[in-house]
Amino acid sequence: MRPFDYQRAEDTAAARTASRAGATILAGGTNLLDLMKLEVMAPERVVDISRLGLNRITEKDGGLHIGATVTNSDLAADMRIRRDYPVLSRALLAGASGQLRNKATTGGNLLQRTRCPYFYDTGTACNKRTPGEGCAAIGGELRNHAILGTSEHCVALHPSDMAVAMRALDAMVEVEGEDGTRREVALDDFYRLPGDRPDIETTLAPGDLITGVTLPAPLEGRQQYRKVRDRASYAFALVSIAAIVRMEDGRIADATLAFGGIGTRPWRDPEMETLLKGERPSAALFAKAADVLMRHAAVHPGLEFKLTLVTRLLSATLEEMTE
Amino acid sequence: MTLDLKIDNPDPSHRPDDLAQGVLGTETDRPDGWAKVAGSATYAAEETVGDLLHGVLVRAPGIGAVTCPNLSDVRAMPGVRAVLRDDRLIRNAAQGMADEAPVQGADAADYVGQPIALVVAESFEQARHAAQVLDVVIQTKDAPTDPSAVDPEVPDDKQSAMGDLDAAMAEAAVTVDAIYTTPSMSSAAMEPHAATAQWDGDTLTLRGSLQMLKFNRNELADSIGLPPEKVRIMAPFVGGGFGSKLGISADCVAAALAAMELGQPVRVVQHRRNVFEVNTRRSETRQHIRLAADADGRLTGLGHDALVSNLPEERFSEPVVQGSHFAYAAANRKLGVQIARIHRPASGSVRAPGESVGVTAFELAMDELADKAGIDPVELRLRNIPEKDPESGKPFSSHRLKEALTQGAEAFGWSARTAAPRQRKEGEWWIGTGMAAAFRVNMVIEAEARISLRQDGAVVRSDMTDIGTGSYAIFGQIAGELLGLSPDRVSVELGDTDYPPGSGSGGSFGAASTGTAVWLAGMEIRRQLAERLGCDETELTLKDGLAIFSNRRVPLEELLCDGPIDGHGHVQPGDASEKVRQATFGAHFAEVAVNGVTGEVRVRRMLGSFAAGRILNPRTARSQCHGGMIWGIGMALTEELTHDRRDGHAVNRDLAGYHLPVNADVPPLDVLFVEERDDWAGPMQAKGIGELGICGAGAAILNAVYNASGARVRDLPATPDRVIATLPD
Repeated sequence: MRPFDYQRAEDTAAARTASRAGATILAGGTNLLDLMKLEVMAPERVVDISRLGLNRITEKDGGLHIGATVTNSDLAADMRIRRDYPVLSRALLAGASGQLRNKATTGGNLLQRTRCPYFYDTGTACNKRTPGEGCAAIGGELRNHAILGTSEHCVALHPSDMAVAMRALDAMVEVEGEDGTRREVALDDFYRLPGDRPDIETTLAPGDLITGVTLPAPLEGRQQYRKVRDRASYAFALVSIAAIVRMEDGRIADATLAFGGIGTRPWRDPEMETLLKGERPSAALFAKAADVLMRHAAVHPGLEFKLTLVTRLLSATLEEMTE
Repeated sequence: MTLDLKIDNPDPSHRPDDLAQGVLGTETDRPDGWAKVAGSATYAAEETVGDLLHGVLVRAPGIGAVTCPNLSDVRAMPGVRAVLRDDRLIRNAAQGMADEAPVQGADAADYVGQPIALVVAESFEQARHAAQVLDVVIQTKDAPTDPSAVDPEVPDDKQSAMGDLDAAMAEAAVTVDAIYTTPSMSSAAMEPHAATAQWDGDTLTLRGSLQMLKFNRNELADSIGLPPEKVRIMAPFVGGGFGSKLGISADCVAAALAAMELGQPVRVVQHRRNVFEVNTRRSETRQHIRLAADADGRLTGLGHDALVSNLPEERFSEPVVQGSHFAYAAANRKLGVQIARIHRPASGSVRAPGESVGVTAFELAMDELADKAGIDPVELRLRNIPEKDPESGKPFSSHRLKEALTQGAEAFGWSARTAAPRQRKEGEWWIGTGMAAAFRVNMVIEAEARISLRQDGAVVRSDMTDIGTGSYAIFGQIAGELLGLSPDRVSVELGDTDYPPGSGSGGSFGAASTGTAVWLAGMEIRRQLAERLGCDETELTLKDGLAIFSNRRVPLEELLCDGPIDGHGHVQPGDASEKVRQATFGAHFAEVAVNGVTGEVRVRRMLGSFAAGRILNPRTARSQCHGGMIWGIGMALTEELTHDRRDGHAVNRDLAGYHLPVNADVPPLDVLFVEERDDWAGPMQAKGIGELGICGAGAAILNAVYNASGARVRDLPATPDRVIATLPD
């Protein structure tokens, strides 16, 4: 670990000022501290936002506002979340371990880094760690890697479960900008695709601070989060689906589907959702939906199974939810 | 006085059954248990040492000649006291019982991850940072890292054949001819390898996390160039080893060299990511298994040919077919192991080397045979139990496979099973059951122990280790049983080369080997007590601190008022192994659920029945079996150390990426012990139990996966993608 300065922010303005000056923001530290010990990240300055009172869940415009430092455990256990946004509660509980969820925060979860093992290994090349260095993962051992949204420079997966559910819920990230004004950013505008700068993962600017996430008013319909993984707990998704489906007269009125385990960011495909809308559920329809979802997939050796797995999981999930 | 025993013959006396204290064979608590859960047990990196410096190993990021261009800059960094680029650094941990230094050198790396320097600083953080800053440049050398891409060695002494297997296969009513693969695996013990070295003039004291101290002392002495008597090793508590701590490890040698150079204590703790690289892994295996059987399922031929790998100059090779030599009768046999010399991290012993992967693959093939022949899998095993060792013709010292199979089947409810696959479904989940037999060779290793009987109780001493297995508890029971003391009046002191050399922990031989030495020491004290009392040892009853014979009852304190009585025990393996085949046997049963959509497998329950001679402490023995069965879950379903296809480096070298089973993966586990006394196993008739539980456990699970879903997975582990790929449509 490189020596660094630690500062505890007294208010969001201090955190923003520090961030603008290059400090890395620390909340739960469940990912950042590991990365610092390995010197994958080596900030000179860390600003701790864990005592800014951003740990509350409040009602807002018929929905909920989740403070940036609400822990994953508290969020998953919140009665309003469990009742109105069960997909989010389930996604949270499918992630990490109890100990990690007790420390990990909402904002930190959004900003967690990929678990690509080459990113963690400073003995190999990684464009996400050092832009322009090359990517050792491509041509190497791929499993927890993306098949959608990738580039020739990076195939790293966004590992979050929580963000997948939030993507399905059309959650907005609340950001306090350099000048102190707050804005809301949709997740697809929040996360960048890797392109030729996989090191830049979000559209946050220096001086920006995530203060919370807002959930719109609860959607009608059934909600489900399904996650396939290599062991029963404490494993990242091979494929996961956050699904919100509303039926009307035997037809799919709305199907909102977000995917984990396949994209460089929590993945959603409007074209696929449009395809499903208004249709009667059938195996053929679900298979077609999977084809649409996978139409731009770039499948490197080792990841072929994801095509099969996502197709099977999507069909089973939709079948169950449209019964 | 020393009581010696060489195990040449059976001992039918069954003395433990005549003794009066009644503690041997009971569920005695671990005396070290409280210290461990309370955190007061000091592991290798936890002893408080003054003026301590901290060392961090630096790994080679490639294979080839190593240079460190910024060495002098790093040496000048804040707090840095030394950067060792010493030729005596070891390439990888020594193999078990090597008794000499492993391959040494820091000028070139033979595999990615080899430690090529030690950075020593005043704080751990300074050392770790400086280690990261040290620039390691590799002049990359072309080196094979894929076992299938080289011509393997075919050592003559690892090949055997009887009869004509090809003819048996051609004539058989039923055959199986399939290839099974298992990946590299890691011991992944909870305590990372760690050492604290102190240099005291001309003597080196090392606190290490090691399994076999009498060998480790010689290995360390040889590595650093000291006479062994100038080296003392202490390892009173070891947080798991599973074979990865059999031999001296890189942290120990590096810490010792640094302490000698700097004249100050140095601690080196392997980073978890080092643990996966610089110690020995379990080799990946490719196993070609052939079975020929008549219509009744009686084997007429069996073939087991394995390909394993190791680094150049390593003597160990995974003895994959070890269990296949004696497991089943068959007149025509061909067994062999080939070794690919490649540049992945070194391979070595990992829990039950040989049978863990060999029996598992063989029992998968046996299940395929049962399926093809239409014979119940338990019945198939029963029909193929050999009457004597199928290759040497020697009798078995004892053989309780039949009882393990039948008692296990009864307890599990095996008869309720449906033989055809895909018969039971709950939602998306296919439910099924499977079984496998368990086999493991039994070994005795030379061991010594001393007991001092004093007025306030007894003290047992040996350099034997307790790696979580229960040595402290068991030796207290043995001494207490012989000397008529409750275990709380017996103090057991282990893990110090100043004590008599025990067997060390490995190969399941610890409790029986060092335990027998403790037994002999106790017997020697009994002999001396009897002499003082003027009676024969066999007439003497010792119970609750009293010596009883004829009509006399004498408190031990009275007999000890002139001072303590010491007894020294020394056991050696004799020629018993030339006269009999000795092994342990068992059976595994598993019920699993297989998700028909996702290919995920959940084990719903497991039962193991094991025959390993007299069970000295059912609680610690059961705990060993639980551990082995959980390893079976990992082997069957989750564990795979992945090597990069270009340079062989271990890719997923942390506990998030290397998937050990977590609590949620482990269902209720039942263990039952088959009553057995093996007279060839020394005076206690006890054999090793530590490794039997893993042998075949994974096969029971995968055979259940087949019964549940029809998916026959031959490439382990059966991760969801592999299950989906083999699921019938």
